Amino acid sequence: MEVTPLIRMSNIVKRFPGVVANDQVNLDLYAGQIHALLGENGSGKSTLMSILSGLYRPTEGNIEILGEEKKIDSPSDALANGIGMVHQHFKLIESFTVAENIALSQTSGSVLISEEEIVEEITRLGKKYGLFVDPRAYVWQLSVGEKQRVEILRMLYNDSKVLILDEPTAVLTPQETRELFSNLRNMADNGCAVVFISHKLNEVEELADQITVLRNGRVTGSIGRSEINQARLIEMMIGRDIITAYEKSEPSDKEPVLVIDNISALNDMNTLGLDGITFKVRAGEIYGIAGVSGNGQRELAEVLAGLRHTLSGSIKFYGEEIAGLSPKGMIGRGISYVPEDRLGMGLVPKLNSCDNVILKEYGSEKFSKGHFLKRDAAIAETQRIVREFDVKMGSIFQPVKMMSGGNLQKLLLGREIASKPKLMIVLYPVRGLDIGAIESVHKLLLQMKENNTAIILVSEELEEIAKLADRVGVIFNGKILGEFPVKEMDTEKIGALMAGIVGNGGAKA
Amino acid sequence: MKIRLEKSLAQNKTSQILVPVIAVFMALLFCGVFLAVTGRDPFEVYQAMFAGALGSEYGISETLVKMIPLALCGLGIAVAFRMQIWNIGAEGQFYMGACGATWVPLTFPNLPFVVMIPFMIFMAALGGGLWGLLAGWFKTKWQVSETITTLMMNYIAILWVSYLVYGSWRDPKGLNFPLTAPFPDAALIPTFGALRVHYGIFAVLLLAVIFWLFFKGSKWGYETLVIGSNPVAARYAGMDIRKNVLLVMFISGAISGFAGMVEVSGIVGRLQPGISPGYGYTAISVAWLARLHPIAIVIVAFLFAIIHVGGFMIQTMGIPSAAATMLQGAILFFVVGSEILTQYEIKFSNKEEAQDE
Repeated sequence: MEVTPLIRMSNIVKRFPGVVANDQVNLDLYAGQIHALLGENGSGKSTLMSILSGLYRPTEGNIEILGEEKKIDSPSDALANGIGMVHQHFKLIESFTVAENIALSQTSGSVLISEEEIVEEITRLGKKYGLFVDPRAYVWQLSVGEKQRVEILRMLYNDSKVLILDEPTAVLTPQETRELFSNLRNMADNGCAVVFISHKLNEVEELADQITVLRNGRVTGSIGRSEINQARLIEMMIGRDIITAYEKSEPSDKEPVLVIDNISALNDMNTLGLDGITFKVRAGEIYGIAGVSGNGQRELAEVLAGLRHTLSGSIKFYGEEIAGLSPKGMIGRGISYVPEDRLGMGLVPKLNSCDNVILKEYGSEKFSKGHFLKRDAAIAETQRIVREFDVKMGSIFQPVKMMSGGNLQKLLLGREIASKPKLMIVLYPVRGLDIGAIESVHKLLLQMKENNTAIILVSEELEEIAKLADRVGVIFNGKILGEFPVKEMDTEKIGALMAGIVGNGGAKA
Repeated sequence: MKIRLEKSLAQNKTSQILVPVIAVFMALLFCGVFLAVTGRDPFEVYQAMFAGALGSEYGISETLVKMIPLALCGLGIAVAFRMQIWNIGAEGQFYMGACGATWVPLTFPNLPFVVMIPFMIFMAALGGGLWGLLAGWFKTKWQVSETITTLMMNYIAILWVSYLVYGSWRDPKGLNFPLTAPFPDAALIPTFGALRVHYGIFAVLLLAVIFWLFFKGSKWGYETLVIGSNPVAARYAGMDIRKNVLLVMFISGAISGFAGMVEVSGIVGRLQPGISPGYGYTAISVAWLARLHPIAIVIVAFLFAIIHVGGFMIQTMGIPSAAATMLQGAILFFVVGSEILTQYEIKFSNKEEAQDE
C-alpha cells in the first residue's frame, strides 16, 4: 500500500500579470524525506514554496495535507498546518533576543508567555536537533548561520512538520553548510518533511532523498536518490538539444582586446563571488559563459560595468588597465552592460521610452546643450531605435513598464547598440522572451559581432551559447573551469564542469 | 461576488486630474454634512469662507500672504520628494533661513536696500540650505533616514530661534518681550500699498516657473527623476547619487530658508518665536497634492490659503477656525485615499474561489 504523502500539491498554476510562474506543477512531500527543488533562477521554485507557505495563493490547483484538501490563505494558516518556511532574507527582529523572536511567532498557547519556558524549550529543541544558539542572545549579535538556526528553531517550536528552506546555503560558510546538512538530516529522521530549494547540484546530490527539477515553471523531472545522475539533472535544468549554430564569421583579430586576469570580487553576501577568474576576448568574438546561475556571472558583469569593486587581479581593455573604474568610466570606454534585470537596472520603469533611451548618454552633446536636454534629439533617436529594432509599443511617451518583455529587451539592446560599444556584456538576453523575440535578439548580437564588437554572452541555455558563441567558458564558483571552441563543445563535459567536476577530460582548472 | 483591485497598466492623464478634483468635492461634501449636523447651513458657511478669503481686497491680500510661504516651502519640498528624498524638515529650514536673514540687519543695520535684501536672501538660503545639507550628509555618510533627522532637526531649529530671541538677539528696548529689534526699512520687502501682501509673490511665481523648466527639461531634473524612481538604474547609468542627495537637500533647504526670510522681511519685520504656524508641515500636503508639479504647487498653496483665511473669517459666525483645519484634513484624506483609483482599477468578478469541504 502506498504511504499517504504529508503534502500533496496538485496541478498548481500561478499566474502573475503577464507571467506564468508555475504551470501544472505536482509535488508530493513525505515525512522523513529531504526533498530538493532544483532549478535555475526564475524557474518557479520559490513561487511554488511561497504558495505552500501561504504567501501566495495559487491561481489553480489544490493542496492536500495528509490526504485532506486544505486552503492555505496566509503564512499563519500555513504555520497552523505545520508548514514553515525559512526565507533567503531572515525575518527576525535584530534588537530582540532569540527567545523573544521565537515567542513572537508563537501560534498557540496563552496570552502570557513565560520567558523561562521558552528558553527551556529552545534549549531542549536545540539539543535534540543539534541547533545550538543562546536563547538569550540578541539577534544582532548572531552570525548569519546562527540566525538561520533561530529561523529553523522558530518553526520547530511551532511544531512544524514541513520545513521549507529557500537557498539556505547561499549565505553560509562551507563549515556552516555541513552543520546545516546534518541538522536537516536529523529533522527528517525525526519525522519532518524537509524541502530544500537550491540551484547547486553538488549540494542537492549530497543531501536530497528526492529531487524535483523545475524549468520555466514546469516540472521537468523528479528522481529518487538512487537514480541521481548529474548529466541528467543538468539536462532537466537547462535543456539539451543542441541546434546548429548560426552562420558566423571567424573573428579577424587574433589579439584579445579584453584580458581578464585573476580577478576576485565579493558577492552581495560578502563571500567570494569571483575567485580568480581569468579569460580573454577578441574583437568580433562572442565569448559564451555557461554555468549554473549564481556562480559569479552577475558579479563578473558588474565588475566590468564598474558597479562592483575588485579585490585583486587586473582587467586590460585595449591595453588600458580598467579594474576599479566608475560606471561612468566604463561607459566612457565603450563598455556596455545589458543586465538580466531589465526593469530593475537597465531601464527606469516609470519613465517613458525617450527618457530611457537617453539614460546613459543624457549628458552627451547628442542629447543635451548646456544644462538642458535636447528633447527633439531624444525623440528622434527613440523613433529611430523603435523603427530599426522593431520595438512594439503604444507610444514612445508611455512608461516602459507597460511594454512586454521582448520589446523591453529590444529597446534596451537598441539603446546599447546605438551607443556603438566596443565591448558588450549581455546577461541572459532571451530569458522570458518568445521565439520571435529570441531570434531577433540573437540576430542583433550577431550583427554586433560583425561590427567587431567583443561580446561576453552569459546564458543558462547551452543551446543559445552553441548557436551564437565562438568560444565557451564554463564558470563555477567564480572561476572558469574549462574553455572550448564552440565547435568542439561537448555537452556532457560541459555539464560535468557546470557541476564543478573537473575530470581528466583535459579541461584546465 | 468579489471585488478586487487590480493594478492598472495604463495611467490615465484625465483621471490624474479628475480624481483629485472630485476628491476635493467629496471633502467639501463630507465637511458639509458635518456642518449640517451641527446645525449650520453648509452653503452659507462655505460661501462665507470664500467670500472672506476672496471677496475683498483685504481678503485676497491675506490669502496671498498665506500662500507665499506655503508655496515656497512646497517648492523646496518638491525638489527633494521628486528624488524620493523625504525631507520633512521644511519647518526647521524655514526657521534657520529666517535666522540667517535676521542676522544681516542686526549686524549691518545701515546697509542700503539693494545690498541688504540680496544679502539677506543669500544668508537665508545658506542657513536653510546648510540645515538641509546636514541631514543629507548624515544620509550619505551613515545611511541615516532623512525622514527622522529632518523631523528632529525641526525642533532644534525652532528652539534655536527661541534661544536667540530670548537671549543675545533680544531687543534691549523691547520691554523684555522675546523679539529682536524691528528691521530697518531697508530690510523690509515692499508691500502693495497699505495691504500686507508683498513683492515676495513675484519670487514665488518666478521660482515656480524656474523649477518647472528645470524639472521638465534639464539634465539635473532628469538625473533626480531617475535617481528617485530607480536608484539601481541611476548607478548603472553612471549618475552620482551621493552628490545629488547632498545637492538636493541643500537646494530644498535653501528654498524653505528663503521662505523664512520672506516671512520675517515681508510680514513680521523682526524675528520672533512662532513665525510659522506650521507652514513647513502644511507645505508637505501642498506638494503632495500638487503631485510635485511646481505650477500646481502654487495653485494648491492658494487653495490651502483660501481655506486658512476663510476659516479665520467664519469665526465671526461663531464657528471655530478648527472647522477649516478639518476641511484641510478632509481634503488631504480624500485626495490621498483616492490616489489608489489612479493606480488601480476596480474589478468585479463573480467567480467564487474553490472552497474546501
